[in-house]
Amino acid sequence: MNNDDILIVNNLKKYYPVSKISFGKNKSYVKAVDDVSFTIKRGTTMGLVGESGCGKTTVGRTILRLHEVTDGQVIFDGKDLSEIPSRELRKMRPQIQMIFQDPYSSLSPRLPVGEIIGEAVKEHKIVPKEQYRSYILKVMRDCGLQPQYYYRYPHEFSGGQRQRISIARAVALNPKFIICDEPLSALDVSIQAQIINLMKDLQEQYGYTYLFISHDLSVVEYISDTIGVMYLGSMMEMGDKKRIFANPMHPYTKALLSAVPISNPDVKMNRIILKGDIPSPINPPSGCKFRTRCPHAMPICAEKKPVLKEYEEGHKVACHLYSQE
Amino acid sequence: MGLLDKLKRGKIEGVDNTTYLTLKDERRISKENNKIIKKYEKENNRKNVSEEEYLTQMMDPANVVEFDNLHTYFFTDVGTVKSVNGVSFDIPQGQIVGVVGESGCGKSVTSLSLMRLVQAPTGQIVSGSIRYQDKDGKCYDITKMPKDRMLKIRGKDIAMIFQEPMTSLNPVFKIGYQMDEVVLLHTEGATPESAKARSIEMLNLVGIAAVEKVYNSYPHELSGGMRQRVMIAMALSCNPRLIIADEPTTALDVTIQAQILELLRDIKEKINGSIMLITHDLGVIAEMVDTVVVMYAGRIIEKGTVREIFHNPKHPYTIGLMKSKPGSHNTKGDRLYSIKGQVPNPINMPNHCYFYNRCDKAMGICSQEYPGMIQFSPTHFAACHLYNEDGSDKSEEEKERR
Amino acid sequence: MALNTENEKKQNYTDHQDYAETEAEQHFRVISPSRMVAKRFFKSKLSIVGLIMIIFVFVFSFIGPFIVDATWGYKETEVFKIERTTDMVTMAQFTGPDGKVYDYYDKSQTQVLFKAPPSFDHWLGTDTSGFDIFTRLMYGGRISLTISFIVIFIETILGIVLGGLAGYYGKWVDQIIMRVVDIFACLPGMPILLVLSATISSIESIPAEHRIYYLMGFLTLMGWTGVARVVRGQILMLREQEYMMAAETTGIKSINKIMRHLVPNTMPQLIVSATLGLGGIILYESTLSYLGLGVPFPRAAWGSMIALADPSKGQEILANYPNMWVPAGILIVITVLGFSFIGDGLRDAFDPRMKR
Repeated sequence: MNNDDILIVNNLKKYYPVSKISFGKNKSYVKAVDDVSFTIKRGTTMGLVGESGCGKTTVGRTILRLHEVTDGQVIFDGKDLSEIPSRELRKMRPQIQMIFQDPYSSLSPRLPVGEIIGEAVKEHKIVPKEQYRSYILKVMRDCGLQPQYYYRYPHEFSGGQRQRISIARAVALNPKFIICDEPLSALDVSIQAQIINLMKDLQEQYGYTYLFISHDLSVVEYISDTIGVMYLGSMMEMGDKKRIFANPMHPYTKALLSAVPISNPDVKMNRIILKGDIPSPINPPSGCKFRTRCPHAMPICAEKKPVLKEYEEGHKVACHLYSQE
Repeated sequence: MGLLDKLKRGKIEGVDNTTYLTLKDERRISKENNKIIKKYEKENNRKNVSEEEYLTQMMDPANVVEFDNLHTYFFTDVGTVKSVNGVSFDIPQGQIVGVVGESGCGKSVTSLSLMRLVQAPTGQIVSGSIRYQDKDGKCYDITKMPKDRMLKIRGKDIAMIFQEPMTSLNPVFKIGYQMDEVVLLHTEGATPESAKARSIEMLNLVGIAAVEKVYNSYPHELSGGMRQRVMIAMALSCNPRLIIADEPTTALDVTIQAQILELLRDIKEKINGSIMLITHDLGVIAEMVDTVVVMYAGRIIEKGTVREIFHNPKHPYTIGLMKSKPGSHNTKGDRLYSIKGQVPNPINMPNHCYFYNRCDKAMGICSQEYPGMIQFSPTHFAACHLYNEDGSDKSEEEKERR
Repeated sequence: MALNTENEKKQNYTDHQDYAETEAEQHFRVISPSRMVAKRFFKSKLSIVGLIMIIFVFVFSFIGPFIVDATWGYKETEVFKIERTTDMVTMAQFTGPDGKVYDYYDKSQTQVLFKAPPSFDHWLGTDTSGFDIFTRLMYGGRISLTISFIVIFIETILGIVLGGLAGYYGKWVDQIIMRVVDIFACLPGMPILLVLSATISSIESIPAEHRIYYLMGFLTLMGWTGVARVVRGQILMLREQEYMMAAETTGIKSINKIMRHLVPNTMPQLIVSATLGLGGIILYESTLSYLGLGVPFPRAAWGSMIALADPSKGQEILANYPNMWVPAGILIVITVLGFSFIGDGLRDAFDPRMKR
């Protein structure tokens, strides 16, 4: 393996049984993540985009083993996270951190900010005891939080500041890899830019690797180096950001890009309006999962599942429009 | 004493320790509020109000709705929240007006004031008027209208589409039943059969393929996009003059959002009504609307046609909003422009420009008085001290002087 | 709207200084969630009324006995024989000269030692055994409150542990505990208590004064299921909160997760349910005492004091001696109402959205 790759996800699957308690075997599953593979290089940002229910959040949580892996490998820094025992996993936890979507439910309401940020720092002994407080204050300053917030409680803060606290909590553990699960979607536009800048600054300063999960294409375009486009639990297109935005190959990616409203009243996009809704992940369409909404669907799409294949350097697509051999 | 200990004891110099209200103050405030609220509630609950009292004249007969210096306050126990603080704008017949702003800027409260659905008793329309012109050219002041009269306008002449289509449909009734109910309530002489026919016609109009199936299903059986279509169909069923769409696509995915926006535009053409579109998404505004109203902390800071606002924004807040959105203009990896600070706390707002604290171009005068509306073109206004009365830029004058 | 002086101060302050330091939110004063709850609690008049009621009952029953003892030097079982003459009316019959039987009232004067009316020495008079009623009210309150607090305390601990286990570990642990809860929940409380107390009374090795503890033990056993359900539900809800997930990703130990994140966040519901439960236990205890199954005779209990007026033993006390039973009834009402007011006030204070 390449030492440059901090995270390698191989054929990751996460199925949820549909009926909770049943006699005999569970027969139907929600295939939240269905055979997804990707790698992330050290110090880069990978954006994961897709609509609701496409499994992007589940990918993030399964990497962290907040949900057990159904099948496949998650290799972080040379270790297979899906196999190590939970005690060892707990010790490894600080290296991979997560920033959550909802800044209101991601902070425990009964702990002061200093505690929220420092709780795990104490437990994992990230810094010697005598440096603890100054370390927390430094982290807070890095994240744009004033020292007097140390003893305050989350209910006194607005969404943007709460998200900063959430980021500080992750950063304080000195992680190598941070999963950002829609960190901006609950924030106001003027605050989003602040948080994006903060995340970029921290990355430049400390060399973090991000997995940035979002449904907002313009944010993903701005922050990521590589992009994966997911649909119904499968990766549709993946590759270098510039290549994907300049030359989207998969019909879904094309539709997704054209659907983003543009802040210019004079530019009228030649919009591809997709028909219908996202099918249920319990019973996804056979073959290519996108075929039911695809404007270019062919007979073969219903029969065979397209494989993710590299067509130009660092640009993989799973579509029958392109030769699959 | 270390820094933190000082902080714990609140002994940092210059830091005021008395931000929080004491119990006594809160009691006093709530007592005063009760008095004020009682006064307004009494006014609202009057019966047998003669029509002359709320009949009025439109400033411009081409408008469906005119907001005139509207003030809607919330009298809470921690102080008065001036959610809408002197808002004036017009919604012309057959146009889409976009109201844009961040959370808490009062954009939703403005629309709720128009529907007279502001959460009573804490929320009250304090002053100003909302003039509404009905199909026969009669003009009413909605703020003075009695409650029972308002029922005839709400849902019929002015319909609303909400952000969360799941919670705005009743989960225990079938779609068809809920749609028919609206028609039966607002159409004179409607029979159950004609109501059903109308509902189905409307479902067809919003582009639902399996109409009968949807008509007979429960809300939870439909996807988010489908539910929003049903909501739109329901809003259309009484031939409204105005549709208020409050963040209609925020809860939806991009591809579905594109469908719904397309539909809204289509609908407007078909019914020849007006739409008041409330959103925080500048992209949606740019694509959809004819005129834009930008709100900040309960006030309008800039309004104009969509081209004026997007090509020639005047207020630093509008400019900042546009610049801070990642997009084609800043993908080179340089830092995003960001407006500093937080969205202001709406209680006890200062009497200077509300954006002063976050503004890059703040000047001395900005902290002294609230700027008046300055006219740049017949349709373009902004409230900012950067410009002179005639619309010229003060800073450029200064440059010239040097 | 008039603003208070504090806000005016703040206003000036904001005017003169640089924004970064003076934004209203950044003024430094820690206000913790518990202080906020306290503030909201004291804002409601009803909860203050409840608090005053409960404080009154507490002072009356826990400090009162000492004062009585110190001032007059007697306890609840001191017998006062106060001689007084009362009219006694009896009904009798005689056969008249015409051979018919006639009823007549015979009025005579008798000497009685007990059932003294209120006087300066005995504010509420004495009862059928010559005990001072006022003093007995204090002692009765003491036993009711002590028992109900102990029951609620043990019940809550039991509920937290079992409900917590069920909620946190889920799966089969949850299944077993919740089925046990279901079984307990379908037992009818009162009938079983009656049968149980009859059984206990017939066992000679249990002294009469211990009977009440066995019964209360049984009440505890019945009561924990409610607490367990509340705790389990709360934990299931909290587990879905993102901060629990965050605690998991930061890799802190399970015990810390439970103690620092779960338990403090279940506290609001628990405190409310415990406060509201207190009133219920007091009613149970009074009912038992009323039925003669509670605290045995010479000792006082509110329930048994009311039982003096039991109409099945004659209407006399019910009709002529309200001073014997009305005050005990009032105290029960005050206590139960007080706990309800406090409980409701706490619930609104913990979750302001529940209001309206």
